Amino acid sequence: MTEITDYKQVWTYRTPRARLWTWAGWFALVTLFFWCWQIMTEDTIWAFVSDAPRQAADIGSRMLPPRISYMSELWGPLWDTINIATLGTIGGVIMAVPVAFLAARNTSPSVRFLRPIALFIIVASRSINALIWALLLVAIIGPGLLAGIVAIALRSIGFVGKLLYEAIEETDARQTEAVQATGASAAQVLIYGIVPQIMPAFWGISVFRWDINIRESTILGLVGAGGIGLKLQASLNTLAWNQVSVILLLILVTVVLSEWVSAKVRHAII
Amino acid sequence: MLELKNLSKTYKTGDTALSDVTLSIPKGQILGLIGPSGAGKSTLIRCINRLVEPSSGKVMLGDVDLAQLGKADLRRQRRRIGMIFQEYSLVERLTVMENVLSGRLGYVPFWRSFFRKYPAADVQRAYQLLDRVGLLDHADKRADALSGGQRQRVGIARALAQEPELLLVDEPTASLDPKTSRQIMRLLTEICAERGLPAIVNIHDVPLAQQFMQRIVGLRAGAVVFDGSPAALTQGALTQIYGEEDWNAMRNGDLEQADAEEDAKNRLAELVQ
Repeated sequence: MTEITDYKQVWTYRTPRARLWTWAGWFALVTLFFWCWQIMTEDTIWAFVSDAPRQAADIGSRMLPPRISYMSELWGPLWDTINIATLGTIGGVIMAVPVAFLAARNTSPSVRFLRPIALFIIVASRSINALIWALLLVAIIGPGLLAGIVAIALRSIGFVGKLLYEAIEETDARQTEAVQATGASAAQVLIYGIVPQIMPAFWGISVFRWDINIRESTILGLVGAGGIGLKLQASLNTLAWNQVSVILLLILVTVVLSEWVSAKVRHAII
Repeated sequence: MLELKNLSKTYKTGDTALSDVTLSIPKGQILGLIGPSGAGKSTLIRCINRLVEPSSGKVMLGDVDLAQLGKADLRRQRRRIGMIFQEYSLVERLTVMENVLSGRLGYVPFWRSFFRKYPAADVQRAYQLLDRVGLLDHADKRADALSGGQRQRVGIARALAQEPELLLVDEPTASLDPKTSRQIMRLLTEICAERGLPAIVNIHDVPLAQQFMQRIVGLRAGAVVFDGSPAALTQGALTQIYGEEDWNAMRNGDLEQADAEEDAKNRLAELVQ
C-alpha cells in the first residue's frame, strides 16, 4: 500500500492525442468516400438510373407468372448440377488431403521445401474463381459436365486444404507425443495421433464445401460447363423471362435444401 | 539397467535444463524424481526416450546408447520404454481398446494398425491388462467418456502393452484428486513390483513420493542435489532441493491445508450429530 490519499475522479479511455488521431482518421475516411463517389459516378448516365425502377418493373412483369410447365425440362440439368457439385467435391477433397498434410507445420515432411509448395497450391486454387477454372477447362477438355466437375474440384482444393491444414496444426500435441513414445512409425503416428483428432473438422469442412459447390455449379453452365446454368443462359438469350424466373426459383429451393442438409450434418458431427 | 552418463540439455533459447546428470537405476527400482518447477524433471525423462534430444551425454539402456540412435533404431528401442503422462495423453476420440492396442504400434506393420487387425495374442494381452487395471467393462467406450483416474489407468495399460523394460512416468497424479492419486500410485508400484520393472516417476508431491518411492532423486536447476532413500529426505535436504523460501512456503501451505481439512472434517462431524 502506498501513501496516496487523494485519488483522481477522472479517467479517460484514450489520451487527448489518441482522441485527436481517431477524429482525424474518421474525417479522412469520410473525405475519401466522397472523393471516390465522385470518380465512380463521373461516367454514369443519370437518365438510365432514373429509368431503373420502370425497367425493373418491366422485367418483373415479364417474369410473372413463371412458366411452370418449363419445369419438366429442368430436372435433367438440375440432376447434372448436383452431380457436378458432389463429384467435384469428392475429387477436390481427395486431392486436398495430401496437400493439407504437406502444408501443416506439424506433419509436413519438409517445412522448408514442401510446405511452401503446398501453400502455393492452396493459394493458387483459391485465387481463381470456379467460373474462370470452368472457362479454361471448357477450352481444354471441351464443353460438358466433365469440365464442370474438374473446375469445382480444382477450386475446392484450396478451401478444403486450407481449413484442413489449420485443423491439423491445432491438434493436441500431447496425444501425438504419446503415440510417438510407443515406437510408432511416422505413418502410424499420423493415423493414430492426428487423424482421430481431425475427423470432425474433416467431415464438417467437406459438407460445407459441398454446400458451397451446389451454389457455384449452378452458374457453370453460363460458360458451357453443363448443368442448369446452360438452361439459364438459353432462356436469357431468348429473353424468355418467365423461364428465367422458374430457373431462379428452382436454384433457390435447391440451395436452401443443400444448406439445410449441410447444417444438419455439421450439427450431428459437432 | 538404465544408466545416464553426463547427460546435458541446453534448449535453443539458451536455457540449460539439465547439466551433467549421472544416474544409474537397477532393475526393479522405483525412483522418484522431485524438484521445483523448471528444475528439468520433465526434460530428463523425455531425454531418455528422446522426445527431447539431449545435447550431450549418454543414455544407456542395457547395452544400447539411446542418445546415438538413428530414426529406425530409435523407434525399435522406444518399444522397450513405456511412458505415462500427466494429462493421460490418450487419443481422446479413440476407444479404450484402441488406446491400449496403440502400445503395440511399434510391433505391428502399418496395415494391421490401419485396419485394427491386431494379432490375437496382442488383443488377449490388452484384455488382460484392462482387467488388471480394473477397466475390462470399459473396453469399447471412447477415452473421453472416462474419468481422470480411469484415463490414467488406460494410460498405464497402454504403456504395459508395449511389454516395456522401463517405465517413464511424468507427473502421473498432477491432474487427479488426492484419493485417486494414492490409488494410481499404489497401482503403479504394485505393477512395477509384479514385473520387476524399473521406473522413473516425476512427482511434485513430496509426501506422496516419500510414501511410494524406493529411492528419491532431487533435481535443482538441472543438477542432482539429492540422491537417497525416502527416509534420508530430511528438512535440510528438502530445503536444498526447493530453496529455503519455497520449501517453507510449501510446508506452511500444506500445514495450513491440513488444518483447514481437519477443521472442515470436525465441523461435518458436528453436523452429522
